[in-house]
Amino acid sequence: MNKVSYPKLGSYSVAIQYFLTHVLENEILPPKEITEHTKELGNQYSPDFVCTPFKYTLGTMLEGIEEGATIFFQMGGGCRYGYYHELQEQILKDLGYSCTIINLISGGNRISYQELKSYPLKIRKRKLLSSFWTTKKMVLYMDKIDDYIRKNRCYEKEKGSFDYLREQMLQEFSKTKGFLELRRTYHKYQKQFFNLPRKEKKKRIRVGLIGELYTLMEPNANEKIESFLNAYGFEVKRYTNVTYLLFQKKRKVKKYLRKKLVKYRMGADALDNIYHAKELCEQGYDGIIHIKSSFCTPEIGAMPILEKIAGKYGVPILFLSMDLNSSNTGFLTRMEAFCDMLEMRSQ
Amino acid sequence: MKECYLGVDIGSISTKAVVINRKYEILSSCYIETKGNPIQAVEEALSSLTIPSGYELCGIGTTGSARKLIGLLLDASIIKNEITAHAIGTLTFHPEVKTILEIGGQDSKVILLQNHMIRDYAMNTLCAAGTGSFLSSQAKRLGLDVTSFGEIALTSTHPTTIAARCTVFAESDLVHKTQLGYPKEDIVAGLCKAVVLNYLNNVCKGKKLEEPIIFQGGVSKNKGVVHFFQEVLGKEILVDPNGHLMGALGMAILASRLPKEKTYSLDFQKLSFRTVGKECQGCSNRCELVHIYKEEKLLDVWGSKCGKF
Repeated sequence: MNKVSYPKLGSYSVAIQYFLTHVLENEILPPKEITEHTKELGNQYSPDFVCTPFKYTLGTMLEGIEEGATIFFQMGGGCRYGYYHELQEQILKDLGYSCTIINLISGGNRISYQELKSYPLKIRKRKLLSSFWTTKKMVLYMDKIDDYIRKNRCYEKEKGSFDYLREQMLQEFSKTKGFLELRRTYHKYQKQFFNLPRKEKKKRIRVGLIGELYTLMEPNANEKIESFLNAYGFEVKRYTNVTYLLFQKKRKVKKYLRKKLVKYRMGADALDNIYHAKELCEQGYDGIIHIKSSFCTPEIGAMPILEKIAGKYGVPILFLSMDLNSSNTGFLTRMEAFCDMLEMRSQ
Repeated sequence: MKECYLGVDIGSISTKAVVINRKYEILSSCYIETKGNPIQAVEEALSSLTIPSGYELCGIGTTGSARKLIGLLLDASIIKNEITAHAIGTLTFHPEVKTILEIGGQDSKVILLQNHMIRDYAMNTLCAAGTGSFLSSQAKRLGLDVTSFGEIALTSTHPTTIAARCTVFAESDLVHKTQLGYPKEDIVAGLCKAVVLNYLNNVCKGKKLEEPIIFQGGVSKNKGVVHFFQEVLGKEILVDPNGHLMGALGMAILASRLPKEKTYSLDFQKLSFRTVGKECQGCSNRCELVHIYKEEKLLDVWGSKCGKF
């Protein structure tokens, strides 16, 4: 039977793995952690001027092929991301691998069951609804905990205690049997997170993270910017997560379009980011960091507007462009300077 | 014994070191070329510095692209990035300044200040066009000394236009102009103008440059570039005679603000340091680990992604 795999996106592979193992009879290969090897593979076979998520996902697919996977899932977006699966399939074919890439969401619409059935997958129809519900809740819980961690990890007394507990929680999530057990685990860990020892709060410095979704959500693609900021003692707020993208975005975008600050949708998350930046400014955040992968067109379109908004409210904004070919020295210098600046401003 | 502080700025092209006292007066300073060997450059720099009698060295600060390495070797009390260092240095000597333009060897940045704080900054991103190394390589091509560039540029009456967007294209444009027989001073002036336009387009990108403006970094020694900044912006540009030392001065000032912990000496040159690059085989990340040895003793290991070292 065909082995199934999917690209890596942060810790969400726990939820995706849970869903797929319950819904499909095929063997599911979890994607490997993104390492230098993955980046090299992706970089080697991708066009040079494609955005970086393409390179990361292609790299994980190539690693999956080495393990014997033949079917891959890919998610399309409202930008070039929507064409990724076709181009990646072609690249893999040219390399001599015969594999199928199934795009689950294209142009904002989820794939239909009929369409999914046309692929060589063995679907357990009965389990579909209940597993979907549990997975949805799992993602929601993970996002809630991550939001909490971003706000509180900067005050941790023992270095790494939040990360360690999160790792434990994810392990237990992956072994969960049903929704009720999941909810119990979530509440248990919620309490534990709440009781972790913390330092005294001196002065709160809050930073908002906005930008392109893959680079934001995959820590290996953004040089672990959240841990960096937390280690500096800054609270971090990030709007973009899977819960937002899948279950809230549609409603929010409709609301945003009525507000008339921006007339057009500009593709992908550009519109959302503009409104999020405005919200961050209005809520008195000390700084905004905008991350994108190089050549991300929607975000490039949003940048001048972001600069205007930040200038209006007097909030410093840092634009970072992540690329596979650049060293992290430049990133560190810019981040350090930005953090120093925020610290000096708050005094 | 009076206290004094050392600031070292190890850039890609040049190394700057300065010793100041508590009143921020320069006791001793030096400016030498890095020549791709920061450790040797710092050794040279420190041996040319002198601490006047009656002073003792109470703090060291390092900045620049080799700040981490030199900071470790000198056992520095503070290590900071160039942007903070420049801002602190400038604000101490010119508190009224609102905009700092800085063009160094490999990077260029603009720092906007407000109420004696950094308000915003920008750095050149992917490209090193319009920096000091571009000017010096073009000087070599024209057979001129880069230090005389400014004087020559000022004698020109009709600076030629040179495409400023990209260093490589600017160079081919320059070759084209020389083959057409343009006089040298016009080409040199055109180059200086190209640096200014490139900087304003690529780094400042629509940021509001408020007066007073100060211009720093190695390129600020070039009078031609200063002239064209004034011409293009239509504003007065300040140039500090110690502009090239500002990063080192900033670090010395930051070091002086720290509580005194111990005293240092300048006999750094007697020790031998060695850097060895190794590839970790622990996982498929294969991090390039940098081992730093001080007289055969392992001081530190950098570059691991997982935090094993």
